[in-house]
Amino acid sequence: MEVPILKQGEFLIATIQAALSDADLEQLRLALVQRVVRFRSRAVIVDVTAMDVMDSFASRTLREIALMIRLRGAETVIVGIQPEVAFAMVQLGLTLEGVATALDLEEGLDYLNQKFKTIN
Amino acid sequence: MAKRESPPRGSALKDPDNLELARNEAPPELLRELVAHLRQNRTHLREEWLRRISETRLLTAMTKEEIFAEATSVYDSYVEALETGTFEALQAYARNLSERIIPRGVETHEVIGIVLLLRDVLARSLFAKHQADFEKLNRILDAYEPAANRIANTVAVGFVQERERVIRQQQEAIRELSTPVLQVRERLLILPIIGVIDPQRARQLTEQLLRGIRTNRAKVVVIDITGVAAMDVTVANHLVQTVEASRLLGATVIVTGLSPEIAQTLVTIGVDLGKMNTVGDLQGGIEQAERLLGYKVVPSTEPH
Repeated sequence: MEVPILKQGEFLIATIQAALSDADLEQLRLALVQRVVRFRSRAVIVDVTAMDVMDSFASRTLREIALMIRLRGAETVIVGIQPEVAFAMVQLGLTLEGVATALDLEEGLDYLNQKFKTIN
Repeated sequence: MAKRESPPRGSALKDPDNLELARNEAPPELLRELVAHLRQNRTHLREEWLRRISETRLLTAMTKEEIFAEATSVYDSYVEALETGTFEALQAYARNLSERIIPRGVETHEVIGIVLLLRDVLARSLFAKHQADFEKLNRILDAYEPAANRIANTVAVGFVQERERVIRQQQEAIRELSTPVLQVRERLLILPIIGVIDPQRARQLTEQLLRGIRTNRAKVVVIDITGVAAMDVTVANHLVQTVEASRLLGATVIVTGLSPEIAQTLVTIGVDLGKMNTVGDLQGGIEQAERLLGYKVVPSTEPH
């Protein structure tokens, strides 16, 4: 299942809607990394609210997305990690180190707006 | 001596479940005689028992009048249990008694001690009464001993069960009360932790905190561990995990009030505290949290 990527002003928003296969995740990574420069976006928000399981592959891919996007000159925020998912992740040692996180989409937008001092 | 090895008593010793059986096999007229003797000498035997209780300094938490009242009830239930061979009433009384005296600080050894004293006092009176007729004394004791032991057992078990029930109830209450997640300002939570943290409680703390972050939309959390006396590797690692999980939800955690002992422990066992944001005391933690959230507390001009 392909993840829809919306352009919202200077940001790209990718909302994961269901459990993703490894191939879907790789496809998402490729799409985001290509589009972030094509649309001249300043940041990417990945919304994982709908994910109730986060395995090590998904976690690693999210982190890779964030690091690659930084190399492409933009920011990444992961939003909407569920409390149970967060706890399971840290127990597995998957802490998304060096990646910005926020409670939900609204918080993520707030965080980025603060950071860039711009108004949508 | 051969009589003492008589079948009912022997089997009763081998199998505690047979105590009732042994009692039933004792001739009923002996038991009736025994009960009549205990009823007749009630006042005298009770006095003797009370004297032994105060002599051995048991039940010091209770007044003389209270001991007298309870002793009378215990004595009567005791004789009744001997007479009827049913222990339900005694059991209920023991539970009720325990409920009343446990909060007063009466100890297990005291309760068992007084019941055993009563057993001894009564046995002595039987010795005195039947000293001329050894055969009869033996048969009376065969009837008396299993029942008396079973009574002591019933009371002791009742007391311990009541105690365990109280302990369980208190543990439950502590578990429920001990982990409040409080909002002090818009988007700022504090989690004061008091007492001993075991892995189970640590897990519960984390779950409550993460849920609290979500429902209150918190951005900063201050975890105050001033009231925590000690911390081991498991709990320390759990604390680090809590900090990381909170960050995944977009909240910053500030840990305050680490005691010198805990600081020493954490450094000695080498827990990775790189990701932990620590401040000396709760006040400092809240001040830093307010800075992070952009609050500024300004004293109002001149108090009136």
